[in-house]
Amino acid sequence: MTSESISRIQGLLLRYLYVLRSSWPRIVEISYWPTMQLIIWGFVSLHFGASQPEITASGILISVVLVWDSLFRSHVSYTLSFLEEMWSRNLGNLFVAPLRPWELMLALASISMIRTLIGMIPAALLAIPFFGVSVFDMGFPLLAFFFNLVFTGWAISQVVTGILIRYGLGAESLTWVIPFMIAPVSCIYYPLSTLPPWLQEVAQFIPTSYVFEGMRALVLDGQWRGDLLQKAFLLNCFYFVCGLCVFLFAFRSARKHGLLLQTGE
Amino acid sequence: MSVVLKTENLSKDFGTIRAVDNLCLELKQGTITALLGGNGAGKTTTLSMLLGLLSPSRGKISIFDYDFIKDRYPALKRMNFSSPYVDLPQRLTVRENLTVYAKLYGLKNIKNSVLEMIETFRLSEFADRRLRKLSAGQKTRVSLAKALINRPELLLLDEPTASLDPETVAWIRAFLKEYQEERKGTILLASHDMKEVEQLCENVLLLRRGKLVEEGSPKDLLQKYDRKTLEEVFLDVSRGNTE
Repeated sequence: MTSESISRIQGLLLRYLYVLRSSWPRIVEISYWPTMQLIIWGFVSLHFGASQPEITASGILISVVLVWDSLFRSHVSYTLSFLEEMWSRNLGNLFVAPLRPWELMLALASISMIRTLIGMIPAALLAIPFFGVSVFDMGFPLLAFFFNLVFTGWAISQVVTGILIRYGLGAESLTWVIPFMIAPVSCIYYPLSTLPPWLQEVAQFIPTSYVFEGMRALVLDGQWRGDLLQKAFLLNCFYFVCGLCVFLFAFRSARKHGLLLQTGE
Repeated sequence: MSVVLKTENLSKDFGTIRAVDNLCLELKQGTITALLGGNGAGKTTTLSMLLGLLSPSRGKISIFDYDFIKDRYPALKRMNFSSPYVDLPQRLTVRENLTVYAKLYGLKNIKNSVLEMIETFRLSEFADRRLRKLSAGQKTRVSLAKALINRPELLLLDEPTASLDPETVAWIRAFLKEYQEERKGTILLASHDMKEVEQLCENVLLLRRGKLVEEGSPKDLLQKYDRKTLEEVFLDVSRGNTE
């Protein structure tokens, strides 16, 4: 990576940080949803904990909620930052600068990581005094779960931003919808065995299903399943490359059809 | 004078519509050229191709001797663009916007470059104000400051004085003339303002239905069409009265 590439990535990152700094509601919003999720699921966990302790054993319900949210936050942060460019009709200016698409993607991934951490860390810390659950007790595996889910989030974001660049702001609502397509087969709140056999087959192709199976094995049985994490990582690499191809194809198509100057609906 | 930009048989089709048709043009260093034409004549399409925002269907573009279609990035570093139809982030202040673009163009001494643009474009008074709080004229000046932040050798401008008050218009025109004369900058200007073109440009390119139908200095065109103003020439050409 050249020093000019680094400068361009820093420039874009700075642009997103300026936006963030300029609007306190945005900063509040970043940590608002993870905290709300934590509070609601924390009470659900307390409720079930009294009658069916196996469901909430070792704080598993709260842990999976927090970790799942890292996927959603990373995706939304990446895509919203890209949407900022469309809302402000700035894409034309960006792409007449010597900015490569991969530099834009790296900048979006960087701001996504920053926003995800701003959102997740307060919620994870609040879970300790309020519900007696510390996801940090997982130690190093927590990082492996977290990065895998963030990675999945970015793969989804690449597809969504590709659709946005090609079809404009009319496709904006996909930002919120697409991550939930994989939620049922991610087996966040229930084990893989709960799914009907044909859906279990589908889940084999979903990296998040391995993350949550691995997490349950660790939290409930104290067993570290590196094989599951490895499968999740390999699938993530595959989907990330697919997402990259979709974005680059959409970018090329947008250039062909003259859509980079017309980024409205 | 060296050729900064050259196109050969540049064409763009959108389905069955040919927006730009075999356009051949050359821009020489240190000149201001106007790209004229009615709505739908192909001005914006041409500018978009010359900026790398739109891929041509056929033809060649060479900028600073780089094959712009194969690899546009080395040329993009040395050029810039401003248009009232492409905004800068409105939530950012003038200074923040210029800092971001200074980094995007890989400038080394960012603080000084930003300060220089702020002073040159008389933006000091509202340098720390968000763009959305500025008037149209002030925003245009910011947009031009952004377009000059990397000291471009080639500047592409789309209607740089559209909907501005006469004082701002006069200031921008004087600035562009100075930029051309002192920095030997090359400018391609798409405009509907014929007075501006007469005042600023050495060369005029007239497009009609995507084709280059007339080319020459404003003086030559006035003589050729036996007209008193460029507006009359423009109307003749737009209506197809080229005989």
